[in-house]
Amino acid sequence: MHIAEGFLPPAHAVAWGVASAPFVVHGVRALNREVREHPESTLLLGASGAFTFVLSALKLPSVTGSCSHPTGTGLGAILFRPPIMAVLGTITLLFQALLLAHGGLTTLGANVFSMAIVGPWAGYGMYRLLRRYDVPLMVAVFFGAFVADLSTYCVTSVQLALAFPDPSSGFLGALGKFGSIFAVTQIPLAVSEGLLTVLVMRLLVQSSKGELTRLGVLVTGRQAQNGTEAVAR
Amino acid sequence: MSRNTKINVLLLLVVVALAVLPLALGLGDHKEEPFTGADGEAETAITEIEPDYEPWFSPLYEPPSGEIESALFSVQAALGAGVLAYYFGLRRGRRQGEQRARAELEAPDTPNAPDTPDTASAPDAEKSTQGRV
Repeated sequence: MHIAEGFLPPAHAVAWGVASAPFVVHGVRALNREVREHPESTLLLGASGAFTFVLSALKLPSVTGSCSHPTGTGLGAILFRPPIMAVLGTITLLFQALLLAHGGLTTLGANVFSMAIVGPWAGYGMYRLLRRYDVPLMVAVFFGAFVADLSTYCVTSVQLALAFPDPSSGFLGALGKFGSIFAVTQIPLAVSEGLLTVLVMRLLVQSSKGELTRLGVLVTGRQAQNGTEAVAR
Repeated sequence: MSRNTKINVLLLLVVVALAVLPLALGLGDHKEEPFTGADGEAETAITEIEPDYEPWFSPLYEPPSGEIESALFSVQAALGAGVLAYYFGLRRGRRQGEQRARAELEAPDTPNAPDTPDTASAPDAEKSTQGRV
């Protein structure tokens, strides 16, 4: 759930917009380069964007008795690295702001920062960290997607607490308040997002081995296989 | 069902269970309006913290009713699901086509291929050894 239209004071709205813009510009460049150098990846790029579209349209009930939706940004960040996800996430947010009155244009910068920048980077970082320690691919994918989802809503809570500190308990008090609304609601949804991302990644491993190897997702598996082949020879 | 399919179905079932459990256990019962959006609750929290705050911008377009809004959300999900299904369908079709082409390439070539002694001359070799015995 994004910050609603007009619900960030103008100074904050502008500041988050300024903070997000370079990431999105850099992402557009990265996306153009990817499409130019590997035209065959256009389809998988489309599928990654589509995954974000589906997941951020799914409003699911949660343990707090309220509803929220996943983000779907972890998959694309793992496949194509976070800069490209900054663009795909922004497109999704624009669609929702313009057609669904969900999120908004004045809060677009802040929502892009949480969902299309911090989420993908945090998820990607988690995924790479786990892979470095030889954690199995699907476990790393699960935690990557989980972190991408949950960190998005933690950032949203921080953004709102910065804009609306509690009169008595200040920033931390407001952070607790918004955190209990967004972050706690999000925990089971982040688990769902992790599982759905694992499902799609399993289907990709079955159907698009070549593509995943080129993107480096399956590189370690292949090297290991090459290693055993070399031993067999 | 193959082991792969079983795992995929299991993943989906867990997701469904995670979505249904809060409803089945009545975790929204303590609220006046159960299972509203977290963004709406945040708006309420904002007005609690700063009662004078007025949103200074309103959406350019707002769906006129909850039905229209849910229709547009469905369109968003359907678009995404359609593209995903197209991707996986195309991949599967391509893989099957490649397999079929490979099978056709290999099948008619074997009888009169000159340099495939392993398969083509195997029966002959068997016959000759039988003859000798």
